[in-house]
Amino acid sequence: MTAEHLLDLAWVIPVIPAVGAVVLLLFGKRIGEPRAGWLATTLMALAFVASVILFFALRSLPADQRSHVSDGFTWIQAGGFRVDFRMLADPLSSTMILFVTGVGALIHLYAIGYMHGDPRFSRFFAYLNLFAASMLVLVLGSSFLVTFMGWEGVGLCSYLLVSFWFERNSAAVAGKKAFVTNRVGDFGFMIAMFLIFSKLGSLDYSVANAAAGQLSQSTVTAIALLLFLGAIGKSAQVPLHVWLPDAMEGPTPVSALIHAATMVTAGVFLVVRAHVFFDFSNHAGTVVAWVGAGTALFAATVAIVQNDIKRVLAYSTISQLGYMFLAAGVGAYSAAIFHMIMHAFFKALLFLGAGSVIHGMRDEQDMRRMGALRKFMPVTAITFIVGWLAIAGIIPFSGFWSKDSILAQAWIHGDYGLWAVGTVAAIATAFYMTRQVWLVFYGGERWNAPITPQPGAVAETPEPVHAAVSDDAPQPHESPWIMTLPLVILAVLATFGEVINLPFDTLKLDFLDRWLEPVLRGAPVIPEELGTEFILATIAVALAVAAIVLAHAWYRNGLDAEGHDPTVERLGGFAGVLENAYFLDVGLARFVSGPATAFARFLSEGIDRDTIDGAVNGIGTGFRRLGGGLRRVQTGLVRNYALAIFVGAVIMLAFISTRVTL
Amino acid sequence: MIGAATVTPTYYLTLAAALFTIGAVGLLVRRNTLVMFMCIELMLNAANLTFVSFAKALDDISGQVIVFFTLVVAAAEVAVGLAIIVAIFRRRQDVTADDVNALEG
Repeated sequence: MTAEHLLDLAWVIPVIPAVGAVVLLLFGKRIGEPRAGWLATTLMALAFVASVILFFALRSLPADQRSHVSDGFTWIQAGGFRVDFRMLADPLSSTMILFVTGVGALIHLYAIGYMHGDPRFSRFFAYLNLFAASMLVLVLGSSFLVTFMGWEGVGLCSYLLVSFWFERNSAAVAGKKAFVTNRVGDFGFMIAMFLIFSKLGSLDYSVANAAAGQLSQSTVTAIALLLFLGAIGKSAQVPLHVWLPDAMEGPTPVSALIHAATMVTAGVFLVVRAHVFFDFSNHAGTVVAWVGAGTALFAATVAIVQNDIKRVLAYSTISQLGYMFLAAGVGAYSAAIFHMIMHAFFKALLFLGAGSVIHGMRDEQDMRRMGALRKFMPVTAITFIVGWLAIAGIIPFSGFWSKDSILAQAWIHGDYGLWAVGTVAAIATAFYMTRQVWLVFYGGERWNAPITPQPGAVAETPEPVHAAVSDDAPQPHESPWIMTLPLVILAVLATFGEVINLPFDTLKLDFLDRWLEPVLRGAPVIPEELGTEFILATIAVALAVAAIVLAHAWYRNGLDAEGHDPTVERLGGFAGVLENAYFLDVGLARFVSGPATAFARFLSEGIDRDTIDGAVNGIGTGFRRLGGGLRRVQTGLVRNYALAIFVGAVIMLAFISTRVTL
Repeated sequence: MIGAATVTPTYYLTLAAALFTIGAVGLLVRRNTLVMFMCIELMLNAANLTFVSFAKALDDISGQVIVFFTLVVAAAEVAVGLAIIVAIFRRRQDVTADDVNALEG
């Protein structure tokens, strides 16, 4: 079997989890717990094996032939419009499917333990498998439309899984919010596709990317920015980030898989996949980079004052996605993908660690009620600390290499402003992660401590959903092996993952850069300047260490003696601004969705109900009244009918006698 | 001289018109179904009389032929109509037309 034959079978990879989803949706209840979970996990592992095979098949080809469109079928054929449902196996998609299925399989395994005892256990795994299938279609699609199908599929699964515990109103609302916010971005994606089709006549990546250079500057910029609008929605960038923190209502494995490791990176993937449009446009890249940098800083500062263990990580995810867009914006696409993979490792690790903590603390999510957990959950603590070092950018952990690769390339590209913003965000990152680690794993035990209101805080953050019950004091315990094993594997990956792309071009250690090179042909090449990078890395590590030291000094004993948060104390009124995420959420609700809702209400009530329905119903009512009137004519009395016949006959006779002359 | 007066078709037609009018008015004003029925017969026979008169006056046999058809139809109509009236009477002990209004819209 040649490599081409194997690559023709790329469609099998999304089909594997799709089969699992169908089987679990139909027979899930009968399969039951925990076999449903094992089935889903096994299928994910199979998909991972298939991805590995595909990777090696692709590798056996010469570099410039590593783009293979697999067998498929014609999905849509309408006049000149034709879309084939085919899978594109190239270095980019093979990289994506490797970490999607790999991290996905680990999180599936973890979820068997985490979802233990849930009444909808099998349903959960059906959704997870469906998500994996959609994500793989998204990544492997050979045209914008196939990708869009996966794009909507993951959006649907995100909705289903965020509101998985829909008995809780907040979860149902959060799912709806995620779905609706994503619609705004999807609208941009769709307009971009319409533009591409009307200008280039095809939605296939191969055709569109090859012909993008013929477009006018304004068209190509419009397409790029509209695609980016889709990416903003899916990847939770400002101002469409509002759904991601709320999406933490979903079960923690969902947060780890969908809202940290895979789905939210789809926006970055889209930008890289359609990078030709961004390359040809003069300004789109700048917009992407600055939105990314702004988001990175914005979310990192907000994360500093969050008290919910998962909300910290949610804002952290938004911030890290901002780095990826920063990289994509300056044309450092391979750095963006590198950081995406490293982020998948350490953020999945952190989320799963947080889930393990929540599990051990009996659904307590408020960090102010934690503390000293390292004694009770050693594996979780150690792996979480690895994740913390990775995200904080401490050498030699993975986050250091990927984040500094982005910042260094921004600097070398000449975007010193972007570098500065990214560096400040990195300091904030190191600070909030240190705060989290010390609040959760060090300091004193505060499991039953009442939460003292902060004097400086403007508004209290919402109470966690499962507030600890005081008469049922939490007794933290380590999670079962099924949950800690993925933690350990991810911790190893977060430590050593960087070997796929070390920044030493001359030693040929930049495997990922060279692997992705055929896909990114045409993208600006940012030269490597080891000396500059070394200095920048030193500065970054020094600043990160400084932030860690500062945070450690403040949080050494957890909260202060009065039970207050030292940062909030020091920030004063500004802490309230941060806790409310700069009031962006409230502002959006008031100034965008408020008028939009009012307008929609006008359309629905004023136009639709009163005008259109009014006209339709009016005609109906008119005829009904007419009929009601005419009904009275039928009296049922024979003599009335006879009279009517008689009168009619007379009238006809009179009529005929006036017309007919005998 | 009275005896010399000839009976012209006008006489027959006038008589037929009078019979028809009596039948029509009777149909409209009477409530007893049997009487209404007889009025209808009256109208039918007025029509027959008209046919016969014209057949004689115009020397055309087809008018007389039509009368036979009318008689047959009238006989059939009587058979059905009387059956209905008997059925109504059995049900209601009464054949007043204005009381039978179950088909009111």
